[in-house]
Amino acid sequence: MRTAHDIDDSAVLLEQVNQALAYATPLRIQGSNSKLFLGRTVAGEILDTRSHRGIVSYDPTELVITARCGTPLSELAHVLDAAQQMLPCEPPAFGDATVGGMIACGLSGPRRPWSGSVRDYVLGTRVITGHGKHLRFGGEVMKNVAGYDLSRLMAGSYGSLGVVTEVSLKVLPKPRQCLSISLEIDADRALLRLAEWGQQPLPISAACHDGQRLHLRLEGGAGSVAAAHERLGGELLDSSFWTDLNEHQLAFFDEDQPLWRLSLPNNTPGLALPGRQLIDWGGAQRWLKSDADAAFVRNVVAEVGGHATCYSHGLIDSPFQPLPDALMRYHRTLKQQLDPRGIFNPGRLYAEL
Amino acid sequence: MNILYDERVDGILPDVDKAVLLQTLQARLPDLEVLHQREELKPYECDGLSAYRTTPLLVVLPRYLNEVQGVLRICHELRVPVVARGAGTGLSGGALPLEKGVLLVMARFNNILHIDPAARTARVQPGVRNLAISQAAAPFGLYYAPDPSSQIACSIGGNVAENAGGVHCLKYGLTVHNLLKVEILTVDGEHLTLGSEALDSPGFDLLALFTGSEGMLGVITEVTVKLLPKPQTAKVLLAAFDSVEKAGRAVGDIIAAGIIPGGLEMMDNLAIRAAEDFIHAGYPVDAEAILLCELDGVEADVHDDCNLVRQVLEQAGATEVRQARDEAERVRFWAGRKNAFPAVGRLSPDYYCMDGTIPRRELPGVLQAIAALSAEYELRVANVFHAGDGNMHPLILFDANQPGELDRAEALGGKILELCVKVGGSITGEHGVGREKINQMCAQFNSDELTLFHAVKAAFDPSGLLNPGKNIPTLHRCAEFGAMHVHMGQLPFPELERF
Repeated sequence: MRTAHDIDDSAVLLEQVNQALAYATPLRIQGSNSKLFLGRTVAGEILDTRSHRGIVSYDPTELVITARCGTPLSELAHVLDAAQQMLPCEPPAFGDATVGGMIACGLSGPRRPWSGSVRDYVLGTRVITGHGKHLRFGGEVMKNVAGYDLSRLMAGSYGSLGVVTEVSLKVLPKPRQCLSISLEIDADRALLRLAEWGQQPLPISAACHDGQRLHLRLEGGAGSVAAAHERLGGELLDSSFWTDLNEHQLAFFDEDQPLWRLSLPNNTPGLALPGRQLIDWGGAQRWLKSDADAAFVRNVVAEVGGHATCYSHGLIDSPFQPLPDALMRYHRTLKQQLDPRGIFNPGRLYAEL
Repeated sequence: MNILYDERVDGILPDVDKAVLLQTLQARLPDLEVLHQREELKPYECDGLSAYRTTPLLVVLPRYLNEVQGVLRICHELRVPVVARGAGTGLSGGALPLEKGVLLVMARFNNILHIDPAARTARVQPGVRNLAISQAAAPFGLYYAPDPSSQIACSIGGNVAENAGGVHCLKYGLTVHNLLKVEILTVDGEHLTLGSEALDSPGFDLLALFTGSEGMLGVITEVTVKLLPKPQTAKVLLAAFDSVEKAGRAVGDIIAAGIIPGGLEMMDNLAIRAAEDFIHAGYPVDAEAILLCELDGVEADVHDDCNLVRQVLEQAGATEVRQARDEAERVRFWAGRKNAFPAVGRLSPDYYCMDGTIPRRELPGVLQAIAALSAEYELRVANVFHAGDGNMHPLILFDANQPGELDRAEALGGKILELCVKVGGSITGEHGVGREKINQMCAQFNSDELTLFHAVKAAFDPSGLLNPGKNIPTLHRCAEFGAMHVHMGQLPFPELERF
């Protein structure tokens, strides 16, 4: 499993953090920069995690893989593939994303509502902290409730609480059968059907409406997939559709308008917003291409209990939905406790952090 | 080393004038039920870890959220520690009261607020029992997946505070995987919403941080959980083995065959015999180990999986493989396992349940080491094991009335947990640290890691008034604990960092 690229470069990363701490130099933590478009711009010295790479351990029967932050997701996928296993949350690669970036941004793919998110598969991390220490939290076991869950807190924190150098992830066997279909049905009816199907033990593992058709992925044993296919009908769909969706390579994403990601309660009906929408996650995630005003989009989404993230870099000052005051106050105290000198990706998530 | 709160090593607690506190509570919250007489306090002096008891200063039993908020504000003003308690079924002493603290009982918040079948969510108050959620969701064909064995009694607020597990975790996850949103009150009574009804929320994942934080960061006042469609069918296979090692290997073989069972449990001979005497589940009492493997899902898939697993088990050297013929037998197979603790309890006046986790491959070595420790400490140990996810529950049999036996049981338990850490596991898989494993935290984490935990605590509770002494030991306690080990002889694992 070891390759020529495997390098434990954590001492160098730790040294750079300690230098930054000594001079209170802000750091811009980056892997391959594949998700640079997300969040606010960070002014700081670059800390490149890609030198610290390689799979540290993987035992398929333990269902756990441990990899260094600079390991490309493609390498992780390749190793898992060889053992007929997968990371079920399907993090997008957006080119050549790294394991560290996957944790920092916490983005999950089409299977998320059924399988769980990146955070759900995190079992343990090693982190370089704002106190200049290289520490270990969680571990390589499925169940571990010793101490606070700092590992899962790292997922989606955009590098603003520390440098994740290594992560242990739960993995699962690939489903025995996988079949994708597409049905001629409009978006509103599709949402109703999805709410109905969600209450039944159907082997659906992805559901996307592109404005015209409902695309479904069925995964499970041969019997359940065949039975669901027979019941739902539809035309066969090439499974590359899900990769294109996940990697934002469908034609929908090409248009020039700003891109928004709407995260919604999963039975939210169609939202009246200007522009075009693409429904993913069975309705719980919607992509919006629209020139609509940010405050307007956010109000409409907040009204139904969701939030909106702007995926077009630099369009607005706060690409992530602003937090209520009290919650922001606790975000700030937590940031101050874990990164007292404010060196880790300052301002990436919010100006105040 | 005693685990009751010890101000010398756990930190000085503020002195509280009980009369002033009582007066203030009664004056500002006239409808709040407050227990303050010695005999009223008695039932609250312990949780499910009944070997350790402390009489709380006062017990408050609020019915309304503004009362909870009022209690927190008053205690914050008067600098009184607060220990939150749900149903009191926790096994690690997470709700063990403090002599100088108020016990805040959330059990009366027991309303299911809303079941939304289309969204597959349930919004409930924290005192709602785990099983009650599944019962309320059943008419819609839905259920709440995490099922700790105390599920008929334990409350969801406590489940969140402890990140409770159960026998179906490998496939369906822990509490943290099945939550959408919690409402909390901070130490000074401020309301925060963590998570949302959407699948993610902006900002840090404080929902994950709060899950399993053992009442140290805030008080849970409402919980929204995810519901799942009930599997169409569930079948259970029982396999007998003439050695624990073979049973352990069979578990790995099942996973290697690409199957994730709904439940995968192992019991050793002592546990098998105890359960069989108690429940008459039909277990083979001469087996060294049995595996219970539940396969659930759509009928056709479960049928295929059963055949595959049966083959794997036979190839792994099972002396017998039986499939429950009907639902009644399936329930009986599980009843033996789910009642293993009380069954073992019948063999002995007292038992002490451990909760370590290990990488599964380490199972044979760890079981051998436990057998050796059992002989050394002259106490019997029965092993019950969530084999699928590596969570062991060794049950140490002892008699508290025999001088020294509780101490020996505690010491043996401590050794088992340190062994778990040594092989790359954890001191607690699902019961929590509470007070019970406060010393073993010193073996699992070094001083820098513990310092960071204290920093997290300080972000939410700078005054340290929420559940002081639980979950994270002080560095002072660890120094004493480490010194004691050295004093009594060799350090158990000299390669581990000590301070």
